[in-house]
Amino acid sequence: MTGRALLPILLAAILIGAIPLFVTANTVLNFLVFTLIIALAAQGWNILGGYGGQFSFGHAAFFGTGAYAAAILQTRFGINAWAAFCLGIAAGAAIGWIIGYLSFRSGLRGSYFALVTLAFAEVFRILANASAVTGGAAGLLVKLDVRPENFQFSSRAVFVWIALALVVAVLVLTAWIERSRFGAQLVAVRENEGAARALGVDALRVKLLAIALSGGVTAAAGALYVQYFLYIDATIAYGTWISVEALLAPIIGGAGTVLGPLVGAVTLHGLGEITKTLAGRVPGIDLVAFGALLIVAVAFAPDGIIGLARRLRARIGRGGGA
Amino acid sequence: MLYSPAIVAEAIVNGLMTGAVYALVALGLTLVYGVLHIINFAHGALLTAAMFAVWVLHSAFGLDPYLAILPLAPLFFALGYAIQRFVIGPASHGDDGNILLVTLGLSILIENALLAGFRSDTRTIATDYGFQVVEVGPLLLSMPRLIGFAAAVAVTILLWMTLSRTDTGRAIRAVAKEKLGASLVGINVGHVYAVTFGLGCACLAVAACLLMPTFYVNPRVGNAFVLVAFTIVVLGGMGSIPGALIGGLFIGVVESLCGLYLGDSLGQIGIFLIFILVLLVRPTGLFGAKA
Repeated sequence: MTGRALLPILLAAILIGAIPLFVTANTVLNFLVFTLIIALAAQGWNILGGYGGQFSFGHAAFFGTGAYAAAILQTRFGINAWAAFCLGIAAGAAIGWIIGYLSFRSGLRGSYFALVTLAFAEVFRILANASAVTGGAAGLLVKLDVRPENFQFSSRAVFVWIALALVVAVLVLTAWIERSRFGAQLVAVRENEGAARALGVDALRVKLLAIALSGGVTAAAGALYVQYFLYIDATIAYGTWISVEALLAPIIGGAGTVLGPLVGAVTLHGLGEITKTLAGRVPGIDLVAFGALLIVAVAFAPDGIIGLARRLRARIGRGGGA
Repeated sequence: MLYSPAIVAEAIVNGLMTGAVYALVALGLTLVYGVLHIINFAHGALLTAAMFAVWVLHSAFGLDPYLAILPLAPLFFALGYAIQRFVIGPASHGDDGNILLVTLGLSILIENALLAGFRSDTRTIATDYGFQVVEVGPLLLSMPRLIGFAAAVAVTILLWMTLSRTDTGRAIRAVAKEKLGASLVGINVGHVYAVTFGLGCACLAVAACLLMPTFYVNPRVGNAFVLVAFTIVVLGGMGSIPGALIGGLFIGVVESLCGLYLGDSLGQIGIFLIFILVLLVRPTGLFGAKA
């Protein structure tokens, strides 16, 4: 990997990582942690949806699995929180692989893949809401015991840095995927699966690897959510809200780009806060803005904010040369 | 768990009655899919909007839910026409993935606009006939749900006749089969698309009017219906109108029986498992090779 690819990542990391050094207001730090969790979930979606072109409408299946796995392993089996966190990621990747195996084997793509992922997330939500091990509709509380070895910290700033570290790790992973053989094959499958197969790309294997990675990353976001809020229930874990968030951020920021999901998540939630301040605490008003923004983005900026920026830079570059 | 035959029979009949209204919701979805080849994710939000419209007409003007069909069906036809013509069509540049995202955006927009306007309270309409029952042999059937069943079947037949007998119907079927050919013989494809979308929304308005005497409305209510409607559409064959009716009745019965045997919280799981199974096991058989 070249320095050129890593420079924007480093810049973003320093920019966000410095905020807790200057701002100590809880609202700001809460906003940062939450936005970074969304960004992480969105980065997971981006691997499968952005690079692989497989639009999932049910990434809640992975987010929720990561969250529940981390919470259940800690509370019911007394496993160390850090280990539970890692196992949560593994569980998300496994669920990803299974859903992928079932749907890609059946040749589902486009709208049908979107529908089947949506249905899987819904099945998980109903099961989690009814079963005893997940605490049913009452949800699961992780016991408050603030110690670093429990993945609990008294300072919100530490959570910002941990969330940021995970986001940066996935940024580097995505940048590596973009330049790897696997990434090239994934993009080839997105652009024209038939042609990719004719050239000897094992499309099923490539898509399975992508969905497992994607599921693992989004599960990390879910597990982090549990560590931060110390609570999870079926509506949070497997609700449509997170499926939509995971998809919106990359689409707005730029699907199939390294920084797209992060840029999208920050833009969306920044905009959400602004709308809430302007319109008062009307419920749902921020989501009205999200919906409108999604339509506008698809209509006028199909490559998201990153795409717009690239086009702008190309135009300026041309103007300067002429 | 064993129930007496009378209870099971009642569950089945109740399921059929719910299923007919499900079918009506699915009808709009399957029609739009059959012609435009798009999955309309805004369908559920539009149903919620229609149900709120019924509620507003009733609470503000005292209009009976059944009579609300008269103003709402044309109104929602116009709304659907406008949405396809001026939002979905231009914004999606004809790309399937974009259409999916635009209708998702619309659904988020409509659902949350309703949430902002009406808050998350659940509302119902009280009518004189809401709890009337009819005795049919050994079964006691809810009057408004029986009306819903009859009206849903009637609308399905009406839609079927419109598509097979009228010029507009012929134009719609022509566009569904061969877009380019249809435009070459002088059919305005953009107009036909919008008319189809409008018809789908009109079906929703009728479904909302039939639902409201016995059901409730809140900003999220459409979500439950839309997933069921997707299942019906996939089960009955994407784009098939008789398929939507049969699929709807079947799903209604499945839900009712699952509710009886598994309890309310797990009742809907049967539907989603059927949905996933159908998608996984018979993808090409049920919705063509183009998928």
